[in-house]
Amino acid sequence: MAKVIVVTSGKGGVGKTTTSASVATGLAKRGYKTVVIDFDVGLRNLDLIMGCERRVVYDFVNVIHGEATLKQALIRDKRLANLDILPASQTRDKDALFKDGVEKVLNELRKTHDFIVCDSPAGIETGAVMALYFADEAIVVTNPEVSSVRDSDRILGILSAKSKRALDGDDPIKEHLLITRYDPNRVQTGEMLSIDDIMELLGIPLAGVIPESQSVLTASNSGIPVIHDEVSVSGLAYQDLVERLLGEEVPIRFITPVKKGLFKRLFGT
Amino acid sequence: MNSVQSNSSVTNKLSPEEERAPAAVLKGSVFTLPILKLSRCDLREIEIDLTQSLSAALDFFNHAPLVIDLALTQELDEAMDFIGLQALLHKHQLVPVGVQNGTPDQIAAARKAGFAVLTGQTIDKIIENTAQKSHAKESPKSTRQQRENERSQAVDDDHAGSTQVIHQPIRSGQRVYARGGDLILLAAVNAGAEVIADGNIHIYAPLRGRALAGVTGDMDARIFCQCMDAELVAIAGTYRFFEDDIPDEINHKSVQIYLTGDQLNIRPLE
Repeated sequence: MAKVIVVTSGKGGVGKTTTSASVATGLAKRGYKTVVIDFDVGLRNLDLIMGCERRVVYDFVNVIHGEATLKQALIRDKRLANLDILPASQTRDKDALFKDGVEKVLNELRKTHDFIVCDSPAGIETGAVMALYFADEAIVVTNPEVSSVRDSDRILGILSAKSKRALDGDDPIKEHLLITRYDPNRVQTGEMLSIDDIMELLGIPLAGVIPESQSVLTASNSGIPVIHDEVSVSGLAYQDLVERLLGEEVPIRFITPVKKGLFKRLFGT
Repeated sequence: MNSVQSNSSVTNKLSPEEERAPAAVLKGSVFTLPILKLSRCDLREIEIDLTQSLSAALDFFNHAPLVIDLALTQELDEAMDFIGLQALLHKHQLVPVGVQNGTPDQIAAARKAGFAVLTGQTIDKIIENTAQKSHAKESPKSTRQQRENERSQAVDDDHAGSTQVIHQPIRSGQRVYARGGDLILLAAVNAGAEVIADGNIHIYAPLRGRALAGVTGDMDARIFCQCMDAELVAIAGTYRFFEDDIPDEINHKSVQIYLTGDQLNIRPLE
């Protein structure tokens, strides 16, 4: 039974696309046939982070409007044979998405794939609602700061009010909290909210903590999802997240402050 | 004392040609009636105790309508003589109008004697009903409309006048309104969320957003919360907002909020 996972946050720039790319890659690496869909019509980024932007011919909007088949639009990942990317259109706006069309595409993908990862745009308008509407599970991405937590709270309210599962009265969407850009040292000095603070405010189970790391930016710029980087703490933390999504018990790592030596204090990390 | 409430409001509809001021109109109203609680069926014993109570109350109960509560007689073997009881009460200038809390047999006998049957509710029953209602709302088989009402951004209780119980957190941007009744919340009201009631608001979790009780003007409405961290609280339109300035003696404490005159009081619940 295929699962639809939405990666959402309300706020922009918190790491939704990075997370979508790494979660989809991680699931595919574990042997599941996976597709990741970019719902950010007009501001597509997922293809850049997946490193396939030059191979985009047809996109999600073309498929919805019957201008291309799903087979034509799906892009096979260059590293993993069981990972597909369905890119967004750069030239349309978010109103090009509509429920029946999205549902038709998702139903077709459910037949062929184990996991469908939906990369939501920021905000709470059409695009974001379309991305979460058909979800079975949701990864709510939050930075350790007040405005990001507030927007996540807002999106959790929408998940429980406007999603298909809520409206049909089915079991609610399974919610996972993912804290990204977490810097234990800045939490210790009180500059950032702690994991406990965020969990108390949002009241949903914690699925992962991705530490702040230069390797995320490097990976994005080179079009390789950071989960492929098995040396960086962020890559390892994303691997842990994927294992937890698959129901395994994995302790949270990289959340205690690191004492900087004199050398590091002088020259940075 | 017991409140008897009737919600029926039926007017006679006439076709235009026979339109005239109606001679009879049914309307709903709320009355408070005294209750006569019976624990035995022997009319002689009842008369002795009744005479005693009435002599203490002087003329207060003169020709007063009265509801007979049968809750304590349900277990008794002997049957109540309702016609005899009626005569006895009339003799003492009381006007029995109905019975409540009777067994099916008692109710049948009372009906025969010309009593109305009131669906009296004891506190226990009210709590039970509320529990059943919230259970029904939680069950996955509840209708789509119910779920939508419960979960939509502006949750509005269609069963006006009853208590609304909410189990999920109320999140930023969401609003819950308990029309005509109390609102009980068993999970947090987060910053940016709004909970509103015509009656009281009870929050057995942190209040981080806004809570407005008695919004249709009930000055006696109160707000109770387990962890005071509110952005705004209001009772019957008198409000106070907080910007990181909740006084220490109530900050993150269990508090109750109530009005005295136009003064909004926030007191710890110790």
